[in-house]
Amino acid sequence: MIALTIATCLAACSPHTDSHTLTFWTIGREGEAITQLLPAFERENPGIHVVLQQLPLSAAHQKLLTAFAGDSTPDMTQLGNTWLPELAALGALEPLQTRVAHSPIVHPDDYFASIWSTNVYDGVLYGIPWYVDTRLLFYRSDRLKAAGFDAPPRDWTQWRRMLAALSHSQRGVYGILLPTNEYEQLMSLALQQSDPLLRDGGRYGNFESAGFKRALTFYVDTFRLHQAPPITNIEAGNPWEEFGRGVYSFYFSGPWNIGEFRKRLPETEQADWNTAPLPGPAGPGASVAGGSSLVIFRKARNKQAAWKLIEYLSRPDVQGRFYDLLGDMPPRRSSWSQGSLHNDPKIQAFREQLERLKPTPPVPEWEQIANEMQQVAAQAVAGDLTIDQAAADIDRRADRILEKRRWMLDHARHATSEAL
Amino acid sequence: MSRQHAAWLLLAPAAVVLGVFFLLPVAGAFALSLTDYDLYALADIHNLRFVALDNYWALLHRPLFWAALGHTVYFVAVGVPLSMLVSLCAALLLHSPLARCKSLFRTLLFAPVVTTVVAVAVVWRYLFNTKYGLVNEVLASAGIHPIDWLGEPHWAMPAIILFAVWKNFGYNMIILLAGLQAIPAELYEAARIDGASAWRQFRHITLPMLAPTLLMVGILTVCGYFQLFAEPYVITEGGPLQSTVSVLYLMYDEGFTWWNLGSASAIAFLLFVIMFAVTELMLRIGRKEAGT
Repeated sequence: MIALTIATCLAACSPHTDSHTLTFWTIGREGEAITQLLPAFERENPGIHVVLQQLPLSAAHQKLLTAFAGDSTPDMTQLGNTWLPELAALGALEPLQTRVAHSPIVHPDDYFASIWSTNVYDGVLYGIPWYVDTRLLFYRSDRLKAAGFDAPPRDWTQWRRMLAALSHSQRGVYGILLPTNEYEQLMSLALQQSDPLLRDGGRYGNFESAGFKRALTFYVDTFRLHQAPPITNIEAGNPWEEFGRGVYSFYFSGPWNIGEFRKRLPETEQADWNTAPLPGPAGPGASVAGGSSLVIFRKARNKQAAWKLIEYLSRPDVQGRFYDLLGDMPPRRSSWSQGSLHNDPKIQAFREQLERLKPTPPVPEWEQIANEMQQVAAQAVAGDLTIDQAAADIDRRADRILEKRRWMLDHARHATSEAL
Repeated sequence: MSRQHAAWLLLAPAAVVLGVFFLLPVAGAFALSLTDYDLYALADIHNLRFVALDNYWALLHRPLFWAALGHTVYFVAVGVPLSMLVSLCAALLLHSPLARCKSLFRTLLFAPVVTTVVAVAVVWRYLFNTKYGLVNEVLASAGIHPIDWLGEPHWAMPAIILFAVWKNFGYNMIILLAGLQAIPAELYEAARIDGASAWRQFRHITLPMLAPTLLMVGILTVCGYFQLFAEPYVITEGGPLQSTVSVLYLMYDEGFTWWNLGSASAIAFLLFVIMFAVTELMLRIGRKEAGT
């Protein structure tokens, strides 16, 4: 009887879907903006009704995995590209290669290459980039000028000199804000190095390489020289206002902050800030290829409709509107040659940076490793560990996390060699 | 049908519910803790490895587990006595014949218990803010330098303890108040006639009469405080430098952030064993006290 009750409940409780509804999950802010793009799509495709579910960023990862475990995935979802390897490894996603090959709208060559490559796992394409997210420098041009610098830094040496000139820690003024609980900043510096972050096909950490140590040294030195306060983003509270007051002259962050600064700083201060590509160890450097993609689930009921929506959202004119609504940067070059994307001086640094992106290692465990990396780096910032100790500790932690992956890879190899 | 059969039949619904929704999951979790169930196993069950006690062994060799246990024990060892002391003082004040507007104060002091932990934690995060927080402002008026409550590893746990004590003392206060009201007034009267001071009345009448209630309250509070999670999750996210990661927080991270359900289950069972041992110890001490 209990089984019967459960069965009835399951039948009754499962969401009502027919062939015309398309379930689409969004994560974070995108869910608000997309409601304004969907009516046009539904007008063009009268047979399709999109049911939107907005997930908060903090709960999204868990919700996606739970949905997979519980066999209740939607038709399609927005997916951060660091999470893509994970869901691809689970076999949850639909390969998209053949659909792209026949598409009149999605042209791989038009996309920034590094962003496109984050959607390929084990040689198979699983996602279409939706928007790009990278990290670069916001800076106070007036304060730089007052200190005698006419242009933002191009390399680390210039950057260090400016940070030194702009920091007066006794007065509570710092060159830059680097929240010690965010890994993106250190990761971006590390990605600029020629040494990969993982070695042997993602089997082991490569954090004791000369390149990573160089990045970690630069990062930790910024705190040791009192050019950044050793605080987390919880304590930083309202960084926009403090940037406006000149507490920080540089702010290492992403595209959404263009909108935040425009909204939060008074009109009179708008001419005093700008953006600059990330300085590298010697000349302009790379930054992280982040952002979100659109993916279709393997168990989707309505794959054709989902692909139609992906094509619609990939159109340059729609991406231009999406940028105007939200400030999310399009992953296609042709989207950038129109409207405000073409004219706005404050986003040209991003346009330049997008040609110099580097993807994070495509292993499902990457986010966990990046978190561990940052925890150890925070200990080094606090002075508890030297650079060498910290690098060794990150390698140790990464190798522990990757243990299962090594076993999986070796296991698969044994299986194939036995079959041969 | 014998009486015994009838009894079992009547118990059956409850037993089935208990079995299906409690015992079975517990057994399942224990089985899980002997495997390395993770993302890969979720994708394909053939990727599941039986690892016997390896999860437990690995945990005992993981500095973060010991650190988390240390933080939890710190929280329990300081938080429980402090919380009970505050509850007892509040209960004594409310019980005093001199107190006015008793029901009003009882409601006000109980209010933090019924508030949502997440909502008030956000408020407390502002109170603890280094530059703009009320706590530091009060300290500054007493001439004390501002404390970086949530940014300094040594101060984050005291801040969490303060918050937890404020949040929870009202519940125990109500139970202790009931205990106080159950003490016969004749005892105090007799003591007064014998010339006992207020302190001696408290020491020799109130405390012994209240001992069983105190023991129960103590055990409940210890159990609750060992499961520290929501407070650091909302206020500090386990930081700074992981100084407020508790055992349960570690379990949540392992299990639900990284999906290592095998090792998360092992953490849960280790915590269960520790809590079981501590409450058992408290019960024995309580019985011995009562026996003498």
